[in-house]
Amino acid sequence: MAGRGATCLALCLALAGAPGTTALRAAEIGDAERGAEIFGECSGCHEIGPEAENAIGPKLNGVFGRRAAAVDGFAYSKSLTRAGRDGLIWTLKTLDAYVANPRTFASGTRMSYPGLKDETDRADLLAFLRDYSDRPRDIPEAEPTARRSLPELPPDILALKGDPAYGEYLAGECQTCHRADGGDAGIPSITRWPEEDFVLAMHAYKQKLRPHPVMQMMAGRLAEEEIAALAAYFATLTE
Amino acid sequence: MTMQRRQFLGTMAAAGAVLGAPAVFGQAKPRVVVIGGGAGGATCARYIARDSEGAIDVILVEPSEVYYTCFFSNLYLGGFRDFESLGHRYDKLASDHGITLARDMAAGVDRDAGTVTLAGGEMLFYDRLVIAPGIDFADGSVPGWDLSKAEIMPHAYKAGPQTQLLKAQVEAMPEGGTFCMIAPPNPYRCPPGPYERISMVAHLLTQANPSAKILLVDPKEKYSKQGLFEEGWQRHYSGMITRIGPDFGGDKVEVRPEAMEVVIDGEVERVDVCNVIPGQRAGAIAEAAGVTDDTGWVPVNPHSMASRADPKVFVLGDASAQGDMPKSGFAANSQAKVAAMVIRAELSGSKAFPAKYSNTCWSLIATDDGVKVGASYEATDEKIASVDSFISQTGEDAALRKATYEESLGWYAGITADIFG
Ligand SMILES: Cc1cc2nc3c(=O)[nH]c(=O)nc-3n(C[C@H](O)[C@H](O)[C@H](O)COP(=O)(O)OP(=O)(O)OC[C@H]3O[C@@H](n4cnc5c(N)ncnc54)[C@H](O)[C@@H]3O)c2cc1C
Ligand code: HEC
Ligand code: HEC
Repeated sequence: MAGRGATCLALCLALAGAPGTTALRAAEIGDAERGAEIFGECSGCHEIGPEAENAIGPKLNGVFGRRAAAVDGFAYSKSLTRAGRDGLIWTLKTLDAYVANPRTFASGTRMSYPGLKDETDRADLLAFLRDYSDRPRDIPEAEPTARRSLPELPPDILALKGDPAYGEYLAGECQTCHRADGGDAGIPSITRWPEEDFVLAMHAYKQKLRPHPVMQMMAGRLAEEEIAALAAYFATLTE
Repeated sequence: MTMQRRQFLGTMAAAGAVLGAPAVFGQAKPRVVVIGGGAGGATCARYIARDSEGAIDVILVEPSEVYYTCFFSNLYLGGFRDFESLGHRYDKLASDHGITLARDMAAGVDRDAGTVTLAGGEMLFYDRLVIAPGIDFADGSVPGWDLSKAEIMPHAYKAGPQTQLLKAQVEAMPEGGTFCMIAPPNPYRCPPGPYERISMVAHLLTQANPSAKILLVDPKEKYSKQGLFEEGWQRHYSGMITRIGPDFGGDKVEVRPEAMEVVIDGEVERVDVCNVIPGQRAGAIAEAAGVTDDTGWVPVNPHSMASRADPKVFVLGDASAQGDMPKSGFAANSQAKVAAMVIRAELSGSKAFPAKYSNTCWSLIATDDGVKVGASYEATDEKIASVDSFISQTGEDAALRKATYEESLGWYAGITADIFG
């Protein structure tokens, strides 16, 4: 499957770079026909197409370029509503991250779906979804590097073991807002998260996949080891 | 951070009559004395005591039993919070972290001897001293006003009875009366504070006394979050607020408290309430300790918050002159953690890490209309320098403004727990 992903990427780049013929068309994201089959993963909860209605999940027509949690009449979770309000727009990059791992992307989302781990599957699925968005061909391809979704952070970053003393010091900065006792009124709780989810969420802010300006700034200047140290510290905080 | 871990035996020997001095020579624990139990001092005391787990003695010198936060005191003026909700006690600092509370004013510091003298006469020896006394008012900043006039024209810029007095005065204003604020020159605590206060007074008056007027006399050309405040005032309180900036004499103002008059560039205005927020300087004990410079503030080392004049004396919060950070509770709390980390490294050999600072200031303009501004900072050799920042935008939708306000409630709960336990 890694092979397929690489081929697709090479192909996409080639298409995007080809002069004349394809210049006005957005490059392919993936194989939409195969994506239609993969949509079977989603169709228990989502409808798409001309007759689509909201079901367990919101209808997915026109999702590209739309603000998150913006379908009228659907009762979204607080977490996704917050993300939408903070400015989260569904793009190739953000959809890819959400579908790959909904909870680390928007913890507290009501979409109880574990995530589609295979990069190629996601590319194909998103190619399918894009066909149901407005003027799909005008939606530009994101830069290839942005494709790597967060859950596929290189294993060495996820495996980093943080220095707890450093984590404790760094955590001081967070606890001005995030309560050590896990209280979550107005600002979410960040104690006792699984370390990996924590790392992914922080990288999502760092890479500006998650929208909030305060957190983008806070995470933006943290190095990988620092995020690991924080994750280690908060995971054990039981106060 | 470069300092060596040192021996205290010599100093301990001279400290016979000192509060809580250890009986046995050689088992002496290093001691930190913290002057001022506000956002800076209490955080620093708590972090040192908590993280050193008893290896360092911490004494907190603070005269009040209850600390009323200036942050959110404007919300009390606007009727969004009750006064009691601003009050925080020190009990948990003592019970959970073993901090010794000395309920007194610090009256003097002898840096050569390494001692602090309290108003009650007691003498405290220290290995490291933290000074976080907040602000005092600069003499002669507003001609006609001094502290003895604060009962007539309150400053309400240290929270407590002054805040209650100002609120009572606004509530007692005659119909169609005039509320006047004299805003301070830079630098002062909480840059958006006066303007948030204008918003909250306007909110109160719009409900109780809608024909009242607000006169804002300001010596500054520009101020914090100006675009956001002006947009909000236009939207919520149209026609109520007039600002007189320096181009119309806002910098040439004098008050006559007995007559309730304000003289602006020679023009006499009679007002019903006058909130005078004078120019500011570091709390007086900083000057007594001989660490201030001629601006009245204390220059500090950006890497540690140690004063430039004495590496054993750390100065936090409003009293310090550190560079780009505003004088805010958030900033004082952030600086306190850096100082605590450095002090622990110096006294007990724990690891030292690079300084990191940040700040966010929320302001409430009207019901559910919150805005924020924030930045992160790093230490350079000259100053604490801003590296990244953000600010709310004009024209944001109501849902985002409401979320921003709710965030500020979360922050208040978070920071007060972080300061007082
Ligand atoms: C109206 C208003 C609104 C504000 N809003 C915000 C906000 O929304 N967000 C924010 O971050 N900041 C806000 N601030 C600013 C914030 O309150 C201050 O910046 C912050 O309190 C500074 O902390 P500090 O530790 O330096 O001083 P303080 O908190 O003032 O603490 C100083 C303490 O030292 C004690 N003390 C003084 N001298 C002595 C002595 N000689 N001996 C012993 N004890 C002494 C005092 O009793 C006091 O308890 C606001 C301020 C005002 C006035
Ligand atoms: C078990 C049911 C379920 C499954 C399976 C599921 N979803 Fe969802 N989905 C939801 C729910 C519920 C929401 C609303 C989430 C919220 O409010 O937090 C949602 C939200 C979304 C959104 C955000 C829509 C918006 O308007 O902001 C997208 C995009 C999405 N899902 C895509 C997918 C894709 C693609 C799949 C298949 C790989 C999938 N979902 C599988 C239930 C599901
Ligand atoms: C100025 C206040 C503030 C500070 C300081 C702060 N945060 Fe946050 N944090 C927030 C807010 C507000 C949110 C909700 C953001 C959103 O809507 O996405 C948040 C969200 C988060 C989340 C995601 C929570 C969720 O449920 O999805 C994590 C993880 C997090 N912060 C970690 C940290 C860490 C680690 C630090 C310290 C390095 C930190 N924060 C410092 C305000 C703050």
